[in-house]
Amino acid sequence: MSDAGMVHPITVTINGERYARTVQARKLLVHFIRDELALKGTHIGCDTGNCGACSIIVNGKLIKSCMMLAVQADGATIETIEGLEAEGELTPVQRAFHEHHGLQCGYCTPGMVMSATYLLRGNPDPSEEEIRRAIRGNICRCTGYVNIVRSVKAAAGAGEPAAADRAEASR
Amino acid sequence: MSAPSAPSAPSAETVVAPVEPGERLGKWSGKSVPRTEDRRLLKGQGEFTDDVWMHRQGYAHFARSPHGHAKILSIDTSRALSLDGVHAVLTGEEAKEMCEVPFFQIAPEPAGRLEEWPLAVDKVRYHGDAVAVVLAESRDVARDAAELVEVEYEPLPVVVDTVAAADPDAPLLHDEAGTNVAWHGVFDYGDIDWALENADHVVKIDRLHFHRFSSTPLECNAAVVNWDPGTGVVDVKSNNQMPMFASMVIGPTLGVASNKLQFASQDIGGAFGNKIGSYPQIAALALLSRKAGRPAKWTEYRQEHMLTAGHGNERTFLDIEVPVLKDGTILGFKVRAFDDAGAYLHYEPLGAVIWSQVTPGCYRLKHIQVDYTETLTNKCPTIPNRGYSRLQHLWLIERIVDTVARELDFDPVEVRKQNYVQPDDYPYETPSGCVYDSGDLPRSLEVALELIDVKGWRARQRELGTGSGKRIGIGIGSTLDSGTNNFGQARIINPDLPFSGNGEAAYVKLDLYGEINVDIGTTPQGQGHETTAGQVVADVLGVEPSAVNVSAGFDQRHNTYVAFSGTYASQFAVTGLGAVLGGAEMLRREIVTLAAFALEADEDEIEVEGGACHVRGDPERAIPFIGIANLAFSNNAVLTPELRERISLNCRYVYTPPFTVPDPETKTGELTLTYASQIHAAAVEIDEETGRLEILDYVAVDDCGRVINPQIVEGQVQGAAALGIGAALYEAFEYDADGLLQQSSFYDYHALTALDMPMMKYADIESPSPFTPNGAKGMGEGGGAPLSTLCSAIQDALGDGDALVADSHNPWFRIHELLGGGADGAPRAVRVESR
Repeated sequence: MSDAGMVHPITVTINGERYARTVQARKLLVHFIRDELALKGTHIGCDTGNCGACSIIVNGKLIKSCMMLAVQADGATIETIEGLEAEGELTPVQRAFHEHHGLQCGYCTPGMVMSATYLLRGNPDPSEEEIRRAIRGNICRCTGYVNIVRSVKAAAGAGEPAAADRAEASR
Repeated sequence: MSAPSAPSAPSAETVVAPVEPGERLGKWSGKSVPRTEDRRLLKGQGEFTDDVWMHRQGYAHFARSPHGHAKILSIDTSRALSLDGVHAVLTGEEAKEMCEVPFFQIAPEPAGRLEEWPLAVDKVRYHGDAVAVVLAESRDVARDAAELVEVEYEPLPVVVDTVAAADPDAPLLHDEAGTNVAWHGVFDYGDIDWALENADHVVKIDRLHFHRFSSTPLECNAAVVNWDPGTGVVDVKSNNQMPMFASMVIGPTLGVASNKLQFASQDIGGAFGNKIGSYPQIAALALLSRKAGRPAKWTEYRQEHMLTAGHGNERTFLDIEVPVLKDGTILGFKVRAFDDAGAYLHYEPLGAVIWSQVTPGCYRLKHIQVDYTETLTNKCPTIPNRGYSRLQHLWLIERIVDTVARELDFDPVEVRKQNYVQPDDYPYETPSGCVYDSGDLPRSLEVALELIDVKGWRARQRELGTGSGKRIGIGIGSTLDSGTNNFGQARIINPDLPFSGNGEAAYVKLDLYGEINVDIGTTPQGQGHETTAGQVVADVLGVEPSAVNVSAGFDQRHNTYVAFSGTYASQFAVTGLGAVLGGAEMLRREIVTLAAFALEADEDEIEVEGGACHVRGDPERAIPFIGIANLAFSNNAVLTPELRERISLNCRYVYTPPFTVPDPETKTGELTLTYASQIHAAAVEIDEETGRLEILDYVAVDDCGRVINPQIVEGQVQGAAALGIGAALYEAFEYDADGLLQQSSFYDYHALTALDMPMMKYADIESPSPFTPNGAKGMGEGGGAPLSTLCSAIQDALGDGDALVADSHNPWFRIHELLGGGADGAPRAVRVESR
């Protein structure tokens, strides 16, 4: 039962970089990414696939990386939060979360941003209902989702006034 | 106004004129400055505790009790130790031998005699109680090894009900205490007997129950602890939110002096009070590290978090009597309250006094008697949870007000407005001697009702009538968020405790190259302290907020602190920013002194602006901050001896609120400094067939005095509302008769999702506090207003039936039961005696 037995070689490409490693059969993909590759942006908030803090994009599909074994990712192309920015610039989704106060503690944020990014790639102009359905698998305990929904709307170009302006207007 | 034709997703408008826009502290305070913290968090570059690595670290996993209550007959660690990759196993007995004393207890005798050690010794007292901890080379091996720790248990009788636990014949949790009663006392204000005798009506409610839940921060507890064998320094990288309290509790237990117990944290993934409670695990990890000679890293699993990280206070209210006058004046109330502390006293029994910060709630109630008992039960220890100990009491009062209105045919809006503390009453002294600082509750309620169009929903409610299969209900919740504790209230629990006052510390410095650097003793968890502290300093020193560097997180090695440091109990805007403001003003005075010296001008001629000082009316006679820094740090021979001695550009300021010591005899005193108000209102629709509830419209009107950063305040209000809505409808921790927790994952414990939360409305009224340096009030916790609001709305939807909304938790099946008239055969829980 020790970590010595049952190992498999795998190769994955994460954010454009190839990693060849040997992993235990039971190693979860999220633990592989965090503990073996030291990519700490992908978070863990539950043991059961409910919270979505570990959401990443594998071969173009949004998945929860605690629900996949590292060996299952052999040969996969993976995007994590660290791979989203280009040349230091925030993506439109990240920028919208900043401008609309769509994050507080920031722990659910990487998973939330990955889910929102995946949504907008497939549906550039989602309704509020579609946004809520797209992030229903991402639990946030700080924001009540209000500003997250606003952020995603804004990222989609729906013209939401920035949180700062709205909060000023409510005074 | 026409009735809304059909329930629809409410818009997110948040428009209302402020009552009195507060005077700003300066250019930046009062503005929604975007957060400094965001960039790293959005890029996955935050540093949460599980992200921390130490050289040679091992992974820790706790072996935990599968029983609610049992004697430990034996522990065999040999199989665990024989597993490859296991570094060490520490049992409760061994841990106790390594400790100097048990954890300090707040409770007086006899409960104060109870002994708690870092791990359970001799017996386990709740499902999940830790009996041993393993250190191994990986998470998986540590978990495997913890399963191989063989413990022989002899199960004992279990008590999971707080009222039953107070019975002298109940199973006893702590033999050394000799009782399950953690604390008992009577809070007797005014003359309740006179009020009950002289009232026109007495409304009696048999029983109300406030359920167990917690805010379950998305990041579980975590710590990486290294006991350095060379220096004896114990490094604690953790997400504990009240590190100095943790330090004061575990330092003597571990036998480690303050300067050798070094807490640090950067980003904390939500806490809500829950992360005050991780000190027993941190102590166990310190001992494990000491034994293994390696750093011990522990990250709680979610199941472990739900079982053991602490739950909010569950409270049962019995024999409630409410004297009311004909005109609707509520004179007060009498109640027996039983609070459930769980198996150990973590921060408790402070909850037994904390509620009395808001003794009369939002109302001018004069005669109040609360017979308060807190008991130990075979359940997870309680820990402060957003709205700590006040939300239970405020929910009781809101249920009382709604029940009085319903039984005596008063309008629930008018009876509130009539009994609220009125705008002219401030500063308003409550029966327990607390002084409500400011507010406008009637106006807040009016704004709330306008924003959800209460008239429209009332019309819609009548229109629906019977036979539609749907019911509409409108509810109100009026709560307070009392902020900035006077720790002297601990003496009402235990007069021997040498605690009083409160405070926070900050350094504000001009550094080597003229940079402005700030360190605070706080441990933020999403509240944006880097941003708001930057705003305050920017205003004082005349720079842009981006020119102020506020250290991310807390590190005992370089941050300043007092014993009260941390982030909890709605106080940062007062204590934290009070410290920052004081430090910035000190630094400004020093900068002006050096500038006057350098520019050969009088101090009152110096203007501080744009990162430089100049002589008023002569912008050419100027010196930039780098020049000022140069004088103090690397060119001091040019200064006079007096300036060399006096000026450091390194200004430490401790903000202390103007408190006195409360009186334990009368149980009175100024228990908190500020009282933010939250008036919530909702319209809900209930499906008669299923009991399913949909929120049609929801509004929160918040008044937390002068607002430093409006968007951060709004975000806190939304977050508090969401946690309250989740608790009211979905979230509960329940134990079976064997003391086993029934909800230990997010499958069973349904944390509110984006589909459950409405696009709530928000409005802000600003009644500056006359008692704080900046007019701000602590906020963030809220007062659990959604629990009151939704119970009120459900009760309203039930109409004229007998059923009383008597529980704070109302999932669809309970609502369904209420629609059927309540539990079968139950006697009516409310009576009115009139004369």
